[in-house]
Amino acid sequence: MPTTTLLWLLPVFPLLAFVLIVLFTNRNKALSHTLAVGAAFLSWLGAMVIFVRALKIGPEALAEHPIHSWVNWLPTGDGYLKIGVMVDPLTAAVLFFVAWTIFMIFLYSVGYHNFGYPEGDHDQKGLPPHGATVVDAHGHKHRVPSIEPMYSRFFAYIGLFAAGMYLLAISDNLLTLFVGWEIMGLCSYLLIGFWFAKPSARAAGIKAFMTTRVGDVFMLLGIAYLYTATGTLSFPDIFKPETLHALASTPSHVLGLSAAGLIGVLLFIGTVGKSAQWPLHVWLPDAMEGPTPVSAMIHAATMVSAGVYMVIRMFPLLKAGSMNGAFFSPLAVMGFIGGFTALFAATIAVAQNDIKRVLAYSTISQLGYMVAALGAGSYIAATFHLITHAFFKALLFLGSGSVIHGMEHGVLHTGNHEVDPQDMFNMGGLAKKMPITFWTFLIGGFALSGFPVLTAGFWSKDEILSSSFFGGHPVIFWTLALAAFLTAFYTMRQITLTFLGQPRTPEAEHAHETPWTMTVPLMVLAFFALTAGWVGIPEHFPLLGGLLPNWFHHWVGATYEGLLEEMGWLEHLAEGSLVPLYTSLTVALGGLFFGWLVYKDVRSPDPAQDPLKKALGPVHTLLQNKYYFDELYGLIFIRPAYWLAEVFTFRWVDRGVIDGILHAIARVVFDLGKILAYGFDLPIISGAGDLIGNIVRTFGRAFRVVQTGRVQDYMVAAMTSVVAFGALVYYLLVFAH
Amino acid sequence: MIPLDWYLILAAALFALGLFGVLARKNAVAILMGVELMLNAVNINLLAFWRYRAPDQPVGMAFAVIVFAVAAAEVAVGLALFIAVYRRFNSVAADEINLLKW
Repeated sequence: MPTTTLLWLLPVFPLLAFVLIVLFTNRNKALSHTLAVGAAFLSWLGAMVIFVRALKIGPEALAEHPIHSWVNWLPTGDGYLKIGVMVDPLTAAVLFFVAWTIFMIFLYSVGYHNFGYPEGDHDQKGLPPHGATVVDAHGHKHRVPSIEPMYSRFFAYIGLFAAGMYLLAISDNLLTLFVGWEIMGLCSYLLIGFWFAKPSARAAGIKAFMTTRVGDVFMLLGIAYLYTATGTLSFPDIFKPETLHALASTPSHVLGLSAAGLIGVLLFIGTVGKSAQWPLHVWLPDAMEGPTPVSAMIHAATMVSAGVYMVIRMFPLLKAGSMNGAFFSPLAVMGFIGGFTALFAATIAVAQNDIKRVLAYSTISQLGYMVAALGAGSYIAATFHLITHAFFKALLFLGSGSVIHGMEHGVLHTGNHEVDPQDMFNMGGLAKKMPITFWTFLIGGFALSGFPVLTAGFWSKDEILSSSFFGGHPVIFWTLALAAFLTAFYTMRQITLTFLGQPRTPEAEHAHETPWTMTVPLMVLAFFALTAGWVGIPEHFPLLGGLLPNWFHHWVGATYEGLLEEMGWLEHLAEGSLVPLYTSLTVALGGLFFGWLVYKDVRSPDPAQDPLKKALGPVHTLLQNKYYFDELYGLIFIRPAYWLAEVFTFRWVDRGVIDGILHAIARVVFDLGKILAYGFDLPIISGAGDLIGNIVRTFGRAFRVVQTGRVQDYMVAAMTSVVAFGALVYYLLVFAH
Repeated sequence: MIPLDWYLILAAALFALGLFGVLARKNAVAILMGVELMLNAVNINLLAFWRYRAPDQPVGMAFAVIVFAVAAAEVAVGLALFIAVYRRFNSVAADEINLLKW
């Protein structure tokens, strides 16, 4: 099959699964998940085939002549707006991780939603499943997990989601990229609010959609401006030296930015929303209301990655926009926001007790890393971290889902539903109960912390740190280094509290390992979390550098190398000092050690006994409450919005003004009607009619006395008339000639 | 020959008497008598004109015979009517038969 056909089909398989499940197979759970997982498998297969073919073509050739297929779509004045699909080295790398993570998550979802278990006792659609009671051969009653009531719907939604992500990844133009972007925005709303009967889930879904929408509005403005300035949205047309030069030299009259700069900033705001950077980060922690595969999908593998992918893709434009030295140039803004977010989110993560929330803030922080890397000018490092992060974060989320499932087993066993299965302080000792989960989670956690050499996270993080150090961005470097220390700290805190030591509650005592559909994806992702870094070992690395070529740098770098070289923007960083390397080793190992040290002796399930709480006091409360940003936004945005809607628009304008006008018109018309009815219609028109009738009656009454009924009276009348008539005739005949 | 006018005056007088009887008598049979008198007066009038103006034409005589026949038929019909009325009202006083009043 030609590669371009295969490429067009990649989003079609999951989209078809969505359509078929929604229309036809909703009632049949097994068929639905087969369709969805099958579609994910087919797309995975297609993506792997394309990846291998791309590898065969080689990076320079692929960058020069990407695999490209387009159609003329919208007729515009003198041409067409073209849309199409493209594979260049960046796309190939992205397709690789997208395909794997999506496929693993789909497979995981089968086990996560308890396929194979009976339907629950009181389960209803819209609430998480609550367990079922089965009676075994001896008549003993057991509580077992129950299958999710909206099972098929879940697979339909994630199918649509996968379609959106594939569409975004293979697009060769900003329009279809935006379409994929928005499809994923919709699906994030649907999936975060999956358990719609829970008010917190509904609110979280709306919050996610609204917050990313704010970013999307600015992004759309950027796209519109780009189209007006260049007349095209296709990447091959935008990333030409002439186009970039033109955009960089046109002033936009906003904040001293060139056209490229303003477009870059606007597009970046889209990423701020989608990838949950400060200040639009507030939706991501709440999005943990969704089922865990959703958290993995949205917040690790795909949706948030889409934000970073977009800015990586637009990197030459961002670079062009930063050439005139304006203060708010895209790269400067990204460096600041990325670095700030990385540190900001890491500080919050150390004070969170919910296993998924730690990972949520961790994601925000790591995305900050990627954005900061781009701000420092290294899109290759950002891509590297994007890919490794997708693997280990998906692993960590799926692992946390496995842990939660294990804890829920325990909750079903003890029957105590007050216990939160997601609170890490209720866990402990799970390493022995759930070994596969433990080892894979450990690998993921170490990758996240940047454990040296063995884990992928180390290589990508090191690349970011060294590129910011050698690129002359010391502030970014030290911020990211501090954030790395905190990352390792809270990760080890998480691992220690969850898996090490002894179980702190009876629920943790009775946890047990999850089925193969959940543990196999964990193992596959753990494999990548270990090995994915080895394709990008820098050449200058002591001892190991040079043993394996830095394939990754070569491969992804080829995407824009030619273009950047032509523009004169290619930087060759001086690599000499070992400061970044030593820093990253210190913070990673140091953070891990301290995390273990502080938390290894925690015995009580009471979160108030957190050692950090005692150490930091009120600062800890500030961190645990996320710096009160939600409350702040509530005050400045939400409450005024509600006031505007409830008081101003509804009460004053709608009921007061508009209804007032209508009521006034009604009153005037009504009174006029009354006047006309009683003043004119009744007396005059009816009166006239009545008058005529009265006249006739009066005359009738007057004249009817003539009819006496007596024949002789009639005879008298007749004779009188004859006489009178005769006299008249006589007069006329005789006298009136 | 006596002048024509005398016959005409006679006819007029008889007619007036008949008319008076029709208009003033209570009894229905008396009214019929008055009608009969009027018819005869008219006949005299008719015959007078015939005899004095065109005696050789038979049309006058024929006209008078027809009037007689009609008068007789009319009386028969009238009496039949009065018998029917008497059966209904038990009287033939004309001023009592006033059902068709307002």
